[in-house]
Amino acid sequence: MDDEPLGPQQLLGWVPRLRRYARALAGNRSDADDLVQDTLERAWARAALWPGVRDMRAWLFGIMHNLHVDGLRRRLPTESLDDMSGGAPLESSEPPVQTDRLALRDLEAALALLSTEQREVLLLVALEDMGYAEVARTLDIPIGTVMSRLSRGRERLRALMAERSGPVRLKVVKQ
Amino acid sequence: MTRPFSDTDLHALVDHQLDPARERELDVWLIDHPEEARRVADYRAQKRELRELFGPVLDEVPPARLLRTAPATWRWRAWPAPLRMAAGLLLAVASAAGGWVARGELAPRPVLAMARDEGLPRRAAIAHAVYTPELRRPVEVDAAHEDQLVTWLSRRMGAPMKPPQLQPLGYSLEGGRLLPGDDGPVAQFMYRDEAGKRLTLYVSREAKAAPAGAAFRFTREGALNVFYWVDGPFGYALSAAVDRADLEKVSSEVYKQLGGS
Repeated sequence: MDDEPLGPQQLLGWVPRLRRYARALAGNRSDADDLVQDTLERAWARAALWPGVRDMRAWLFGIMHNLHVDGLRRRLPTESLDDMSGGAPLESSEPPVQTDRLALRDLEAALALLSTEQREVLLLVALEDMGYAEVARTLDIPIGTVMSRLSRGRERLRALMAERSGPVRLKVVKQ
Repeated sequence: MTRPFSDTDLHALVDHQLDPARERELDVWLIDHPEEARRVADYRAQKRELRELFGPVLDEVPPARLLRTAPATWRWRAWPAPLRMAAGLLLAVASAAGGWVARGELAPRPVLAMARDEGLPRRAAIAHAVYTPELRRPVEVDAAHEDQLVTWLSRRMGAPMKPPQLQPLGYSLEGGRLLPGDDGPVAQFMYRDEAGKRLTLYVSREAKAAPAGAAFRFTREGALNVFYWVDGPFGYALSAAVDRADLEKVSSEVYKQLGGS
């Protein structure tokens, strides 16, 4: 994309992928489409900058990231620190049902339990196949932070899924 | 014992961001390190499942409000044709069904009634615009399984649903799908001609909608021509981006095969 002039066609071509990422990030269709709409509006408002944008994807997903974080800040002022690795464990009181669909729904529930920071990195890598350096540019963070968020996010997701699909356990006694 | 590979390497392997030589070394190393190998396998599964979970969003038609974010001068020519058509139709429906969008009030009854009357061809055209550009899944059940298609759609529609044979007119059946409608399920059959141009037959229950009598009616919905008629409890609409005359010929044939007089 680097050498192409950027125009409306290029911007709207990103809509399906922005929607996919937003859905995974926001967790439901209407919040996700609100986020996409805000992102597009901001991108149109800054159309004068397009000729200087070298990586349209990092630029657009970066706008979405900023809007998403601003939105969360307004709603939940104390949430989302990078190291919330010890969140509440999932209690699996029902026996696990082994179907793919349920497994995917579990994944969605588990994803929602990650911190926003971890979720963003994980999703940009998984859904967009972004390189680590591009993730760093998109989220405006050092690459070392990308790696630690990715690592923590994947491990946490793994632990959550293991709890869900594992055998029915005795209640864990918490201290 | 020092590890020759870091945590970062394991992730980079999963994400195809190692150079090939290092990737091979790591693959070999993992053979003797089952714990790390399991992690890599789990991370790969996560990635695959996340894509399965959210991949279908890519196939959805974006809501019309996203289109309206574009400055007016760019709006129409900016969208890729299929999206433009689908979004345009959605906009048209939104404005027909609710003048309140613009006026900030509820539309009076007659407007709604009119919208409902126009509903059949418009819903058919939207369904056409939404599903014909699909490359991967234009139909739910393909024509190779026509028996299953007929059985399935007939059961869900509560009446025999046999797709008309349009081969002599140059259209072969691709398959069909079931869609949600206001009055229960809707069947959509998809055909294509040799050039790949698609034609859809939309069949829905139209209990309240239309006046009695099976007159053909014609309308244009964007770039689509639509012939539609009501026969018994069902409404039929045939949509394609072809000449009115050609489409009329096909419509007569469909009507005849469906047992019209």
